[in-house]
Order: sequence, then C-alpha cells, then structure tokens
Amino acid sequence: MAPSKSQKQTAGQDSATTASGAIQGLWKSYNDDTPTKLKTIDAFLVFIMLSGIIQFVYCVAITNFPFNAFLAGFASTVGQFVLTASLRSQVNPLNAGVFKNISRERAFADFAMGSIVLHFFVYNFLG
Amino acid sequence: MATPKLAYQLPPLSSATVENTASLFRIIALSLISATAIASRLFAVITYESVIHEFDPWFNYRATKLLASKGFYEFWNWFDPTAWYPLGRVVGGTIYPGLMATSGVIYNVLRAVNLPVDIRNICVLLAPGFSALTAWATYMFTCEMKDKSAGLLAASFIAIAPGYISRSVAGSYDNEAIAIFLLMFTFYLWIKAMKEGSAFFGTLAGLFYFYMVAAWGGYAFITNMIPLHVFVLILMGRFNYKMYVGYCSWYAIGTLASMQVPFVGFQPVKTSEHMAALGIFGLLQLVAFAELVRSHVASRQFQVLLRSAVGLLAVIGVALGALMTAKGWIAPWTGRFYSLWDVEYAKKYIPIIASVSEHQPTAWPSFFMDLHVLMFLFPVGVFLLFKEMRDEHVFVIIYAVVGSYFAGVMVRLMLTLTPVVCVAAAIALSTLLDVYVDPVEPVEQGEATAGSSDNSTTGTTGSVGKKAGKKAADASTDSTPSATQTTPAAKKAGIFGLDTRILTVANVILLLSFFVYHCTWVTSNAYSSPSVILSSKNRDGSLHIIDDFREAYYWLRQNTAPDSVICSWWDYGYQIAGMADRPTLVDNNTWNNTHIATVGKIMGSPEEKAYPILRKHDVEYVLVIFGGLLAYSGDDLNKFLWMIRIAQGIWPDEIQEKNYFTPRGEYKLDHDATPAMRESVMYKASYYRFAEMFQGHAVQDRARGQTLPSVGPTLDYLDEAFTSENWIVRIYQVKKDDILGRDHKSANAFMDGKKRKRLRPTSHRKPLPKKSNE
Repeated sequence: MAPSKSQKQTAGQDSATTASGAIQGLWKSYNDDTPTKLKTIDAFLVFIMLSGIIQFVYCVAITNFPFNAFLAGFASTVGQFVLTASLRSQVNPLNAGVFKNISRERAFADFAMGSIVLHFFVYNFLG
Repeated sequence: MATPKLAYQLPPLSSATVENTASLFRIIALSLISATAIASRLFAVITYESVIHEFDPWFNYRATKLLASKGFYEFWNWFDPTAWYPLGRVVGGTIYPGLMATSGVIYNVLRAVNLPVDIRNICVLLAPGFSALTAWATYMFTCEMKDKSAGLLAASFIAIAPGYISRSVAGSYDNEAIAIFLLMFTFYLWIKAMKEGSAFFGTLAGLFYFYMVAAWGGYAFITNMIPLHVFVLILMGRFNYKMYVGYCSWYAIGTLASMQVPFVGFQPVKTSEHMAALGIFGLLQLVAFAELVRSHVASRQFQVLLRSAVGLLAVIGVALGALMTAKGWIAPWTGRFYSLWDVEYAKKYIPIIASVSEHQPTAWPSFFMDLHVLMFLFPVGVFLLFKEMRDEHVFVIIYAVVGSYFAGVMVRLMLTLTPVVCVAAAIALSTLLDVYVDPVEPVEQGEATAGSSDNSTTGTTGSVGKKAGKKAADASTDSTPSATQTTPAAKKAGIFGLDTRILTVANVILLLSFFVYHCTWVTSNAYSSPSVILSSKNRDGSLHIIDDFREAYYWLRQNTAPDSVICSWWDYGYQIAGMADRPTLVDNNTWNNTHIATVGKIMGSPEEKAYPILRKHDVEYVLVIFGGLLAYSGDDLNKFLWMIRIAQGIWPDEIQEKNYFTPRGEYKLDHDATPAMRESVMYKASYYRFAEMFQGHAVQDRARGQTLPSVGPTLDYLDEAFTSENWIVRIYQVKKDDILGRDHKSANAFMDGKKRKRLRPTSHRKPLPKKSNE
C-alpha cells in the first residue's frame, strides 16, 4: 500500500518545497521498519491497484459495455485490495495491541474466507 | 479484608456453580422467550383461522406457491400476464425474492425429511418463527452493548412488543416478517466486526446484508446506518484499524452481493441512497493510509501536510459526487426518500405514496400503544449509553435518533424503531436492577459521613432520589463495576437495607407485568385481524365472523371465465389474483401510476365516460368495496378522494377534485352530493339498490353517518352480478355492446317503455318500496 501511494504523493506534491525531503525520509523509514512479509503484501497491493486502475481507465476511455462484467472485475480488485489491506493491518506488529483477539492464523483464515465469498459473487456477476 | 456487609444472605455456592446455573437459566429463559414470541403471534390463527392476511402477503403467498410447485428457475423467470392487464408484470425482476426463497427452502427441507407440510402453513407461520430468531438476535446485540441480563430483557421486550407484533402475527406473510431479524442480526454482526476488527464477522455481515437486500426494500436503512456510525466515530477522532477491517470487508462483499438481486441491479453504484456508503468507504481508505504514513514519519510538518491532503481529497470527492449527481450519472434521491424529510412532499407530488395509510405520519398515542412502558425507559437507556459512550454505544445512540425521527414521519417505520427502543429500555432497566439487586451494602465510614447522611435523607424521599445518589456515587468513584462490588472500601454510597430494594424491584416487576398485560391485550385485539376476514361481537359476547371478501372472491373463481378481467381499486389486486385467480387491471405493486390513474378515472367518471375505457381494457367485472351497511370504514368510498387525486394527476382537465366537494368544501354523499359525485361510477356502484334495504326508512350510510336520498342511483352500463352477504363486496358485470348498436342508456330507456330516463332500471328488479316522505 505504502510505496505506491508514496509515489502518488510525489506526483501530487512536487510544488511543496519541504515535501521531497519528507518523502525520502518516509521511504527510508518504510524500507527500514517494515518486515519482509508485510512488504510482500504491499507488493500484492500494488499489483491489485494497478490492475484496478487499468480496468477503470478501460471503462472510462473505451467502453463500459458489459457494465456488470466491469463492476465484477473492478469490485474484485477493490474487494481484494481492502481484504488484503485488512490482513496487512491485522498482522502488522505495530497493531498488535489493537487486534488482541486476532492471531496471525486467524487473520489469514478470515482473509481466505472473505476472498472466497467475494470471488463467488464476482464469478456470479461476470455474466 | 473483611467481607462486605450484605443486605441479604447469599446461598453458599461456588462461583463455578453460579456460572453454570446462570447459563442454564439463560438458555431456559431464551427458549421460553422464543416460545412466547411464537405463541403470542398465534392469536390470529386461533381467533380466525390459518389464513394469509391483508394485501401484499397474498401476492407473496401466490409467488411462493409458484416457487414451491414449479421450482426456483421458473419462479426467477416468472412473467405474470394476469397482473396489470394488459401489460403484465416481470415478477422475477421486480420483487425482493428473499421471503419466498426462505419459505421455499423450508418447504423443500421439510419435504426432504418426509414432513409434508402445506406451503400455506409454512407461509402463515413464517413470521412467528422468525420473531423467535429476532428475539435471539436482539439478545446477542444487547449482550454486546451491556451484558447478558440486559440481553435477556431486550429479547423478552422485542418478543412481545406490539410495535413488532403488528407486522409479524401469524399470517402476515410480508417482507418485514424476516427483515427485522435480518436487520438486527446484521447490526449485531457489524458491531462484532467493528469491536473485534474481524474480517470474518465483516464477511458474515456482508452475507446477511445480502440476505436483507434480497428480502426487504428497507435495506437502505442498513446501507446508511453503518456508514453514519463510522463517520461519526471518525469525527469523534476514534478511527482505528478494527473499524477499517470491519467496514471494508462488509462494504466490499455486501455491495457486490447486493447487486446480484435483479430488482436492485446497479443501484448501489448509481443512486444517491447508496453514495454515503461509498463515500465513507473512500474516506476510510484515505484515513487508513494517512494513519499508516503517520506511523512511519515523525515530522510534524509532514503530518500537517498529510492531513490537509486528506481533507482536500475528501472535499474533492464530495464535489465530484455532487457534480455527477448534477450531470445525471448518479440518480438523484427518489421521491420516497424526499417524503421522509418533507412530510408534505408525497401529498403534493406523489399522491400514490401518500394514499397508503401506513405512509401517514404517526399519531402520538400509537407510540404508547406500540411500546407502552418501553417508551419511558427508552430515553433513560440512551442517557446511560451516553455516559459510557463506547464505540458500539454510539451506534445505538445514532440508531435511536434516526429511528425516532423516521418513526415520527411514517407509521410503518415504527417497526424499525421498535428494536432500538427494546435495547435501550433493557439497558436502562437492567442497570436499575443491577443497582438494587446487588446485595453489597455501602460502608459507613468517617469520611463517608456526608455521603451516607445524604443517603439516609434521600432514603425516605423515595427510590428515585436514591437512584440518582447512587449514580452520582458511581460516577465519582469512576471505577469498573466489578471493582465497586469487590472492594467495599470503594463503595461509599449505595443502597441500605432490604426495604428499598424490595420496593424498587417490586415496582419494576409491577411495571413489567403491566407491559405484558398491555402487549397481550393489544395483540389480541388490535393486531391479529387478518383484514380478509372481519369480525364483530354478538350481543352475548361471542364472535361473529364476517367473511364477505372470501365469499365474493370465491364467487368470482366459480362463476366467471378464467380470463375475465376484473377492475377494482389497486388495494384488492393481489387478493383477487390470489383468491379468485383472475386478471386484474392494477394491483398493490403500484409501479405504473398511469394505469392506476386510469382506474381512478373509471371510478370517478360518469358511466357513459367510463364505459369506453372499461371496454378498451377488456374489463368484464367491476368490483367495489362498500362498507355502508356494516359501518366498515376501509371501503372504497373513503378511498375515493385518493382515486380522484391520482386521476387528476394524469388528467387534470377531466377529473377535478373540487367537483366532488360541496361548495362548502365538505365530502358529502347525501342530498348535498355534487353532480360529479352522484354521477360517478363509484357512487353508483356503491349505492345501487342500497335504498331498497331500508324499506322506506331513512337510508343510512353507517360508515360515514350520512343520510342518503331515498331514491338510489340507476345503472345503465353495468349489471349487478353479485353482492356479498353484508354488502361489503359488490361486483358488477360490464355490459357488452348493444345488439342493435344503441348506447345502453337509450336501450334501457326503450326497454322500460319510457321516453325519459327512469329512476329504476330493468323489470326483473323488485318493485320500488314506498317512498319515505321526507
């Protein structure tokens, strides 16, 4: 989640004079403090986000014709994104105090179940 | 440490025993509550019989029968050519199929285990069955708010609260029957997901939200309540990742799932009702991202920058939404929604919505009627929640505010208020009982003299003062309840002695007994009438059943051709389709305003104008409901003004409301009735031959208390075909074209051998009784 968004921030705030230094600091702190597992999740998040953006651009620029198919595809990326982001926040050691009842295994099981249900509906909606 | 002084002796049991016994008692109590919930809804079956009630349930029943006999696919693709003749109706795509699917599943499961239960009985008993589940869901929900004892109280309240019973008696086979259970259970799952930060419960909430969307149009309430809750929490600065996990998993799955219901379709991404949920979803992403970045950066500057960026993006999002609404990419709010904010809106612009009695604003006595003592406990409960104000309490508070407002606007929304009233009242009452049943006495110590003397003075003034004193003490000690109970030193103020305890608890029991008594009375007297069957009391107190509707519909079924079209006001469309199995012009679905207005025009026009319209629509029978003989006030003449208003909306030149009022603005049917009124089909069909009943005495319309002219109207284009025992249902046959090509008026005049129009029609009628001399 973080790297892609930080690129976005870079694009959005070129004009800010102090911004570039702060963003470099952010990037450094992200690289240093984040466990590898979370980085893997983040890579997956970036992938999903790119896939969603491509679909959205296609819908806006070319056609939205089978609208249900577009919605199903887009909802699949958005849904998968938030489910993965949820998983990320649940397993993030920084949030250990917040999710007291959720173990890592439980978090992954929740994630798997959510994804299965989500993609059941996606498949049904593709048409 | 010395054991605290106790007001009464507790039996010497180990804590494990107490816990086990308590959970056993809870299970027993919940089963009894479920049994009560089911039993109290069976008055309708016992007094009348196992019959489907009212109007909409007849359609649901008919659809369920089709589902049970022909299977799900046939039901899904069902096109009903007999409704909205000659248009027909795509039923599969225009209904919420949840209710029928539920009964279908129950039916098939029972079949599979060799229990051949009639589908009608499943439909009749579905609502009571689900009310037991509602009680359980409310129990779970309240347990999340306070504790298990409050949960039990809430469950027992919702089980018998008349506000909920009114929509869920046996036979009231409507969407609300299962929807309230789904509402409460989805809310419970949401609270659970938000509290634990569990995607599992979020997914479950999404699934039950899907079930709710499939079952009831009121799902929009959930669609907006949950985002509102999240939004308020964000504004209160209470964002956390648990909320993010719960909301996002609910929204992502629930929204996609809700689009699978054909009747909902793309609405969740296209209409304003659903935009709040989408907006909060976007906002949560931003906030969560900002939180994440914040955890990596310490720079204060950057945080300010970040916050302003998030704020800016949120503003842009709202502006984009507004722009898209203005451009028409997002459908604006629908009329039904506006009528929630502006009570007069429906009356002005959509008379068809305003004409439904359950869409009228609520009269204040009905709050007492439907909720009784809970209405007084409700604010107390909300106040107590305010005092603690955990995240989930915010939900109940918002629900209480929103629910109260909506219940005040529309009678039918009393139904959505009832659960939250039960929850809040249960919290209030169980807090009170917690204080007064707790045997621990406060310690009298030197530094507590002020407190204890205060207590002893208030002790004489009554329990209310003591309660306040105790609350203040609790607030001042500011510790968890368990701490107050276990450490006697912390308990500076409280309840002394047994007398006040007994007094208060006895008061509560008395109050609850009155509540139970009231609920039973209201349920048996007011809410158990099927409205298909009426009843009256004989002089000896026994019940007299008035079965005119079924008599008439059965007559139609037996004596008319299967394809003969019946024209009636839309209220009776579903009943005619369900009981008589005949095509109707309009029915309770009310999707086509013009078609309904056509029927309004037929009823409001003179015969010669209505006749061509009737013929064009292939109508063979006209059916009107007339309560003048039996003082049945829900008849067509009392609905007549709405027919005129709706017709006026389409044909303002031909039908005008003011023509039906006397110059003094009165709705009169007697000697002062205006010509437009006296000529209208509705008036004629209602009063045709009515005067003959009175054998020369004053002709009295008992439903409206008006004295009618002693000479009734005549009919030229319609033939009386059937009138039920108590004249409630009157059916007229539309005459075919005259064989000699004359219009029916002159043909009738010729038949009677008269040059001018006679007052009485054809010769086979009984001779006119002697005119009364007034």
